[in-house]
Amino acid sequence: MARYDRAITVFSPDGHLFQVEYALEAVRKGNAAVGVRGTDTIVLGVEKKSTVKLQDSRSVRKIVNLDDHIALACAGLKADARVLVNRARIECQSHRLTVEDPVTVEYITRYIAGLQQKYTQSGGVRPFGLSTLIIGFDPYTNSPSLYQTDPSGTFSAWKANATGRNSNSIREFLEKNYKETSGQETVKLAIRALLEVVESGGKNIEVAVMTKEHGLRQLEEAEIDAVVAEIEAEKAAAEAAKKAPPKET
Amino acid sequence: MAVGLDFNGTAQQVNNFVSVSIQFDKPGACKARGSDLRVHFKFIKMKLDTSGLESTAPFFGSSNELLDGFSAAPFFEVPNTTNFDGFQKEAIQMVKPAKGTTTLAFIFKEGVMVAADSRASMGGYISSQSVKKIIEINPYMLGTMAGGAADCQFWHRNLGIKCRLHELANKRRISVTGASKLLANILYSYRGMGLSVGTMIAGWDETGPGLYYVDSEGGRLKGTRFSVGSGSPYAYGVLDNGYRYDMSIEEAAELARRSIYHATFRDGASGGVASVYYVGPDGWKKLSGDDVGELHYKYYPVTPSTVEQEMVEVAGA
Repeated sequence: MARYDRAITVFSPDGHLFQVEYALEAVRKGNAAVGVRGTDTIVLGVEKKSTVKLQDSRSVRKIVNLDDHIALACAGLKADARVLVNRARIECQSHRLTVEDPVTVEYITRYIAGLQQKYTQSGGVRPFGLSTLIIGFDPYTNSPSLYQTDPSGTFSAWKANATGRNSNSIREFLEKNYKETSGQETVKLAIRALLEVVESGGKNIEVAVMTKEHGLRQLEEAEIDAVVAEIEAEKAAAEAAKKAPPKET
Repeated sequence: MAVGLDFNGTAQQVNNFVSVSIQFDKPGACKARGSDLRVHFKFIKMKLDTSGLESTAPFFGSSNELLDGFSAAPFFEVPNTTNFDGFQKEAIQMVKPAKGTTTLAFIFKEGVMVAADSRASMGGYISSQSVKKIIEINPYMLGTMAGGAADCQFWHRNLGIKCRLHELANKRRISVTGASKLLANILYSYRGMGLSVGTMIAGWDETGPGLYYVDSEGGRLKGTRFSVGSGSPYAYGVLDNGYRYDMSIEEAAELARRSIYHATFRDGASGGVASVYYVGPDGWKKLSGDDVGELHYKYYPVTPSTVEQEMVEVAGA
């Protein structure tokens, strides 16, 4: 009988874990996802492939919640994501049971990253092929947080980040245009970032906003379209201002 | 792959893949085949005589005349009782330690006040008058000891380790709720194995002062006033009578001290030194440790009183 003790993720002579790097490739092929942290709002946006006609779009939610105060979006293998999300949800409740406190964002990120790492150092299993963006508000301190994990099991906190397809361009945009925002401004920044790589339109992006008071709220298509329209208008105005010669008094 | 054989001749592969049964009632070679397993055995005779393992002793007390005072298997006298299960429970209760001590803790406006006596008794023998019954789990959390001293000390120290690990992993202090829950879960898993712990976890965390009662039965209660131990009824009487939420630290300390003193006065298993600790936003602080004998004379000083009759030396014969 074959025993499941032979590792699949092994070091290469020059110190690489190829399976982990291939997993990162899988992430790079996944849908773009962006997260932006504001002072009182955190926004997650995910690229949505054009809806197949017969598919019930409500069953393909890309932004999920792990608990009342924590949400997750990911890029990569969606089936792996389902498994990871289930384990994280159980851990959130288990933590509530053993210490009678909700998890902090850092705790659950550490747990998910630890899980991803375990699968790079076990026999007979392959790494998870996804990077996650985890957002939430810590209980008691109410500070907003945005964390990212990747298939190697590392995690870090970010003010704004992107993962998946063309994440480099989105990150460049965010680095140039990030500033401390709150409320609707944060939503606009996130959508602007996503529009850099996604075809314009509410049909192609899924956006969710998390606030301390209302938890996670998925934006309706109409709302997204409205913000997109605002952004387009601003862009057009900026273009026009550039083109028109400055009036001299 | 390992194969084990029991006397019935059923071979089971230890790794749970294959089960093979072999019949042994026929002498001679026998073969058995399971996947990946081929077994050959040769025996002369393999029938085990198990009659010696059967008990011939009568179940209830009286000796059996038919055995001529000689029985093949050992037997013991079982007491004549109608309630065999109840008898077992009573026996357990008899050896159960009675938690000879007095400890108390209460929450008030300024924080938590924790107090305890310091007597350890082994039955009727006072083994020590100077036991530290208030255990410092960490600089902002205290635990009290009632029940088995070793059990309390060990598990509180263990809890201290867990609290520190939590701090290191999560970069923030554990709450009193969390710490008491960790201890309660540990004690619950040892339920029925003879641990004797009746403790209160008192501390100050982000949500303010916290007080929990945790015991070795696995119970855990949140509350504002607790007293644990054989002297607790006496302590409760004084504590409940004098308690007000808005007390100053000195008033609360005096109330705690008096409650312990009154418990030590009436309860034989409590005595020694009444220690009083205060837990505030900056952590715990030991306020006092007074010998209860001296406290007695402080509360009830001896006043010289007139003697009704005086004995005088009779002069002469």
